Amino acid sequence: MEAKNRNLWVFVESDENGNARNVGLELLTPGRRLADQQGGALVAVVIGCGVEKAVEEAAAYGADQVIVTEGEEYRQYTTDAYADALCTLVEKYGPTTLLIGATNVGRDLGPRVSCRLKTGLTADCTSLDIDEATGNIAWTRPAFGGNLMATILCPDHRPQIGTVRPGVFKKGVKEEGRTAEVIREEVHVLPERIRTRIVEVIRETGAENVDLEGAQVIVAGGRGVGGPEGFAPLKELADLLGGVVGASRAAVDSGWIGHVHQVGQTGKTVGPKLYIVCGISGAIQHVAGMSSSDTIIAINKDPDAPIFGIADYGVVGDLKTVIPALIREIKKSRA
Amino acid sequence: MRILVCVKQVPDTTEIKIDPVTNTLIRAGVPSIVNPFDAYALEVAARIKDHTPDTSITLLSMGPEQAKNALKECLAVGGDKAYLVSDRAFGGADTLATSYTLTNAIRKLEEMDGAFDLIFCGKQAIDGDTAQVGPEIAEHLDIPQVTYAVEAEVKDGEIFVKRETGDGFEIVAAKLPCLVTVTKPAFDPRFPSIKSKMAANRAQIPTLTAEDLPIDRERIGLKGSPTKVKKSFTPPRKQGGVLIQEADGEAAALKLFAVMSEANFI
Repeated sequence: MEAKNRNLWVFVESDENGNARNVGLELLTPGRRLADQQGGALVAVVIGCGVEKAVEEAAAYGADQVIVTEGEEYRQYTTDAYADALCTLVEKYGPTTLLIGATNVGRDLGPRVSCRLKTGLTADCTSLDIDEATGNIAWTRPAFGGNLMATILCPDHRPQIGTVRPGVFKKGVKEEGRTAEVIREEVHVLPERIRTRIVEVIRETGAENVDLEGAQVIVAGGRGVGGPEGFAPLKELADLLGGVVGASRAAVDSGWIGHVHQVGQTGKTVGPKLYIVCGISGAIQHVAGMSSSDTIIAINKDPDAPIFGIADYGVVGDLKTVIPALIREIKKSRA
Repeated sequence: MRILVCVKQVPDTTEIKIDPVTNTLIRAGVPSIVNPFDAYALEVAARIKDHTPDTSITLLSMGPEQAKNALKECLAVGGDKAYLVSDRAFGGADTLATSYTLTNAIRKLEEMDGAFDLIFCGKQAIDGDTAQVGPEIAEHLDIPQVTYAVEAEVKDGEIFVKRETGDGFEIVAAKLPCLVTVTKPAFDPRFPSIKSKMAANRAQIPTLTAEDLPIDRERIGLKGSPTKVKKSFTPPRKQGGVLIQEADGEAAALKLFAVMSEANFI
């Protein structure tokens, strides 16, 4: 399709309580910069049921305009309902660019939408710029398990669409009370169009406290932690630093900790300010999920562990003595 | 029941090394493997076949002639038939052109032998890591999709899929036909027997070319791809961080504490 304007859209995903998920708000940061460069407005799109809080947050984090589509059929995410709604909105308004968070929802929705619109999608981007020569968005993303980066353009199709990893961009400063033009669009999807139904939701215990994608600090453990009990000191350290616990696939597969904690190619991609990586050798699959962290501290017994190659600070030592001693020092300093 | 599993042959990205001098990918000598997520998808399909009488599994891949080796590996662990989609005209395809081509191949196979009830794909291929081709095939075929599956079973004409979500799992039911993409399940793929391996090695795998498919030439290969790679590069590597190596853990922790205090992390 042809773009009808120079606007940039950010799909702001909401959770079951109607709050915006972090990644959507994070995307308003590069969204602002790119919309200004494109010479268009920054528009947040919210689909859901009872999403007033998400609408307010999108405005508070800088959207010029918020397009809201609400209905019972959007209370829980389904591919069919959300894809229908988003495609209808895109076709009506014709934005030139669409950004979507690369969450499980975004990566389920994105290809469905781009394929229907017969346009290009670049998944899992880690940086966004304008290509100076052509004015297109230059989407940069990792491939080959993070060994290679590619910059992709979508020159002749609109909207140009990309999913962006959570944690890559930081949320801007929240302006309480900032308002945006809110446009309510009635789009409804017939029940028979929705071909899947959610039979059961299984929450992992404590999952609500494991917002890896929004965390500023993550303390992650792997095989070197030794067993489920080995995560207790990591949890204590994470709590002291205001962070959450992450894990490698080896630890999750061993049943030591739930999969919601998993960081890496089969888990979440994260980008906290501080990532402390304990007893994880640094396989590329794990690194792919955490390499955009601002500061990486690695603790490992093996001085040759590849994780030291990407760490800002590496501690060669036994985490079973280093972590308790570090916890003591932190507590002492705060006493 | 007729099940299709899409398979991609990929370089084993865990074996890829970076040339320290040129900072480029060393591809030579990197083994080709069945994309691990596709192997999981095949296992989930094979488990349905184990419990459902009169079920056949067809395998489909797109790629060069040597991708038949990946198909043979899959034939040995649960596939009944395999087809390769291969043509120079398909080269340079992005996910939209790839999914369009595969969809046409699927339609061709359905014309020959009947409709598929289920299509399985891996969550993503470990070389491109896009996770797009599965959902795009579902869109082209206008059938429902369930992504991030770890288990699936068929009951009363519906498929029940346990899938990963951001904060746990959910069970999703979908009408057939349906496309399911599979991530790492709690079980490992089965091993082939010597007998099944030998049979797979002898199997004839037909190749479908652009000529064989009712496709629009404008929508395949590089020409049919809306996305273009402008450049690729190896990520800048962090230059050696600070290594803390002390006589014991206590001393190391003290040093680490000092570093973290300085950086305002405490």
